[in-house]
Amino acid sequence: MSQTYDIIIVGAGIVGAACAAECARAGLKTLVLDRGPVSGGTTAAGMGHIVVMDDSEAQFALTNYSRRLWMELRPELPAEVEYDSCGTLWVAADGEELAEVRRKQAFYTERGVRVEVLDAEDIRSAEPNLRPGLAGGLRVVEDAVVYPPCAARFLLDQSKRHGAELRTSVTVHELLGDGGVRLADGSRISAGRCVSATGPWSPALTPGLPVRKRKGHLVITDRHPGFVRHQIVELGYLKSAHSMGKDSVAFNIQPRQTGQMLIGSSRQFDAEDTAVDQPILERMLKRAIEYLPSLGRLSSIRVWTGHRAATPDKLPIIGPSVVGDRVWLATGHEGLGITTSLGTGRLLADLLLGRRTEIPASPYSPARFEGAKA
Amino acid sequence: MSERRFDFEIVVVGAGPAGLAAACMAAENGKRVAVVDDTPWLGGQIWRGQQARPLVPQAQKWIERFRRSGATLLDRTSVIAAPRAGVLLAEHANGPREIHWDKLILATGARELFLPFPGWTLPGILGPGGLQSLAKSGWPVSGQRVVVAGSGPLLLAVADGLKKLGAKIVSIAEQAQWGRVAGFGATLLAHPAKLAQAARIKWRLLGVPYRCGVWPVKAEGDTQIRQVTLTDGQRSWTEACDLLACGFGLAPNVELPLALGCELLEGFVWVDAWQATSAAHVYCAGEPTGIGGADCALVEGQIAGHTASEHKAEAQALFQERSRWHEFRSALARAFALRAELKSLATADTLVCRCEDVSLGRMKQFAGWRDAKLQSRCGMGACQGRVCGAAAKVIFGWGMESVRPPVLPARIESLISVAEKESAEGGKASTGSECRAPALREYEN
Repeated sequence: MSQTYDIIIVGAGIVGAACAAECARAGLKTLVLDRGPVSGGTTAAGMGHIVVMDDSEAQFALTNYSRRLWMELRPELPAEVEYDSCGTLWVAADGEELAEVRRKQAFYTERGVRVEVLDAEDIRSAEPNLRPGLAGGLRVVEDAVVYPPCAARFLLDQSKRHGAELRTSVTVHELLGDGGVRLADGSRISAGRCVSATGPWSPALTPGLPVRKRKGHLVITDRHPGFVRHQIVELGYLKSAHSMGKDSVAFNIQPRQTGQMLIGSSRQFDAEDTAVDQPILERMLKRAIEYLPSLGRLSSIRVWTGHRAATPDKLPIIGPSVVGDRVWLATGHEGLGITTSLGTGRLLADLLLGRRTEIPASPYSPARFEGAKA
Repeated sequence: MSERRFDFEIVVVGAGPAGLAAACMAAENGKRVAVVDDTPWLGGQIWRGQQARPLVPQAQKWIERFRRSGATLLDRTSVIAAPRAGVLLAEHANGPREIHWDKLILATGARELFLPFPGWTLPGILGPGGLQSLAKSGWPVSGQRVVVAGSGPLLLAVADGLKKLGAKIVSIAEQAQWGRVAGFGATLLAHPAKLAQAARIKWRLLGVPYRCGVWPVKAEGDTQIRQVTLTDGQRSWTEACDLLACGFGLAPNVELPLALGCELLEGFVWVDAWQATSAAHVYCAGEPTGIGGADCALVEGQIAGHTASEHKAEAQALFQERSRWHEFRSALARAFALRAELKSLATADTLVCRCEDVSLGRMKQFAGWRDAKLQSRCGMGACQGRVCGAAAKVIFGWGMESVRPPVLPARIESLISVAEKESAEGGKASTGSECRAPALREYEN
């Protein structure tokens, strides 16, 4: 097979799909390849929270930019994407966490993000199933949720309308220095450039890339409409030690339009298998029941796991790889890939075409990792 | 022993014929045995009601033998997960249960196979087995006009049972060709008891049309079914009815075997001559290994019970009897093989997944079960794909992927194992409660 494309995107998850939509829209002859079905990897496993975050200015810039792109895209999204601007409710358990609410409020307000501070009484009326005695919380009004597999499919359909091609069940073995790819069957497809959007599997195609698999668990409930109204997340991290290397859990729950709820979250390094880890599942659920005492009586339908693509500085890797201008990267989105997919696609296309980027791209550049080789 | 944690040498899942037979052998061989079943009765689906009012001598015999065997019954207990080797998590009205085993025998039975056709979701359309159960529990069928359709020997038995309860059986439509069904009748000559049973049923159903090579293509009605359209492939006609009992044979319950890592062969749990599965110390008997009926299940169950309790000679002595029932099982599969026309009964707007309202037209857009699940959510609802997954296998040939816990929908608190809970309740800090959340900065969406 010898066919020339301007760009080959490896990976049909939400990040690859967003890159394809932007590249095709810009007129590039685009091919998307995936070894499985559309969004069969991390995209299928995640929650689908569109959220602004503030760990660093760079994280804020990319999440805020991406959320704006989602809001702009919203009128075009088909119903099955289930975009729901339910908002995020950050829950403060005590006074210490309430101080964090105030810090966040100041940070977001300064930067034009709509937030509301909730006191103990407000939070009870906002979410009556939360346990009594919580100190308060912060509502990030315009945060939203989507159903990621259909969102990725929508972005790929958009790219196809601009001439992109999609081939699933095709495994790429090598990203070639001339911009093409070599497939598992030994054949090559030539292209001006290739992009690896393979998330936690990206080090296989780019040896030395500092991306690690970070396992997570989720539980989905039966339909219990109205049990929670926001995506609710705890602010309890203040009390935790630096647990970057350790297994950890945090309370995080999301209402779906179906009335179902997704319950998370867990994080584990060095857990490459996909089996449900019973001890960590129990910790995660106990944490959730601490916040929502009556949750334990509700019916669960399914538990599953997935892997995030974690980087050392918690920022994604977007841009030309250090080997040269023909092999590009769009990976390392950890738990924020659904939000930041749109920003990633736009940044990647702007950089490829030499257009001015709307936010500085350098914090996400692959060049920031010394010794990373492609 | 607490009410939450149970330890047995041999645990049997399922109290139907295979499970009862396995438990009897193992307990009689001196092992500490428990049978776990999600129903409140002994006998499984096929012998439902026999515990209270024994009518089938064989059922009565085994239920009594089980009671004398010394085996423990954990009834109303649904196994939901196998979190680690040697442990089952289960749910009971009084709370979660943790059941520890050295050897495990899976006798999880089968469920009815439904295939979608236009109108199949109308109220008043039930599986033949399901309708029979409801009727036996007092659901009124007297005077109701019932069409029985689908496939398999169960159709006749159900028609017979409903007729006894006062229903008017309009007709019985068996999709298999007459020649095949007659051929199956001939194989019954090798099993005189079965032949006599069939003859008695047929006698009682004299006057009820039993048509072979006939299947339903459409059901119509308003708030409930009013009529069903049947066809023999040449011509179609409608029959007015109040109820349609329709099922296309049985699909094995392989979810728990899969969760335990048992390999499947052509959709059934693979076992060796000793009824051992590919998973260490896990055995399987009855319908999950092949749809063969109660007699086949009883022999397989006995073999599994003997093997698991290290009485291999006794197990081996039953191999020949099992061979006879395996011939019967093969004859059953040949006679009632589903015709190709059944794959195309549904139209584009016929729902295939009733939980998530996914139509055939929508499912057709996808390349496989996983793709369809991710994009349309078919099979992701409360039935966990038990109905539409089995249908999709027939219609599209799509294979099910590995199963995810819980095996049955379960309360969230039931997923938290007993040991963990008890230590937390005892005031001891469990590993979980020590750990506050980590950096939410590494947040997930």
